[in-house]
Amino acid sequence: MQACTMDPITEPEIAAAIRAATLEVFSTMLGMEIVAGESQSGKTAASFESGVVALLGLAGDWAGSGNVSCEPPFACKLASQLLRAEYEAVNEDVLDAVSEVSNMIIGNVKNFLETKLGPMGLSTPTVIYGRNFETRSAGNRDWVSVPFTSGSDGMNVQISIAPNRGRRRLTRAVHGGLPS
Amino acid sequence: MDVLIVDDSAAIRKILHRALKQANVTLGEVYEAGDGFEALASLKKNKVDLILSDINMPNMDGLEMLGRIKSDLALKDVPVIMVSTEGSQTKVIEAVQLGAAGYVRKPFTPDQIKDKLAGLF
Repeated sequence: MQACTMDPITEPEIAAAIRAATLEVFSTMLGMEIVAGESQSGKTAASFESGVVALLGLAGDWAGSGNVSCEPPFACKLASQLLRAEYEAVNEDVLDAVSEVSNMIIGNVKNFLETKLGPMGLSTPTVIYGRNFETRSAGNRDWVSVPFTSGSDGMNVQISIAPNRGRRRLTRAVHGGLPS
Repeated sequence: MDVLIVDDSAAIRKILHRALKQANVTLGEVYEAGDGFEALASLKKNKVDLILSDINMPNMDGLEMLGRIKSDLALKDVPVIMVSTEGSQTKVIEAVQLGAAGYVRKPFTPDQIKDKLAGLF
């Protein structure tokens, strides 16, 4: 995130919210221990060579997206814990489990973001399963990324948000004064 | 007790069903719906004693569904507990004003569902 002295939120605050939301979801719903690593930021979201990514949109006076990504073994482990069943390969149930865990994590990060940035809407998750892809945000704001590990498996939770210029232009047009 | 669980996630519907079994209630039929439209269609055919519903769902969200249930003479007395990631006071107040009997934030433990039911039944 390009630093701006007027920013109502900082990268460390976003990273802390990601950490808190993720640890709460894993301990409450999955009963699974997970360790947070050092947060990072960058233009391209951190990703795995192959795996599962759940994407959610955020919209309000600030807009952007959040995603949760992991490799197939972690996705299966997560689904097995959540659904109390054994999954050894990614299938519909595993994708649904990743989708819902992501919804809870990003949803709870959103609840924190709203205390600083105002009301925000959250989209329903889109889950992608594949190989060799990377995720990039439009605009000039970076992803704030926090890695997590459980045993030898890992997961990334990431948020990218920026002021919603389109909404501000629309507000100015509606209340008088066309954008320059 | 016959229950309708409304959530677009099959995983959450399964978890809520499990939480209901762990609560000290005599469980009868448990119906499921993936959004507000499906829920209202289910309620036309099936009489229930309790509804557990998410808020953010496609097609018709939980708050719109709640409003329609509470303005239906045949359904308005069925308690509806919202189960959602939405944690803002504004959303909780909106749900209560529409007639929600309770609100549980995701993530939740089975005990939180059990405690909400104990308060109602």
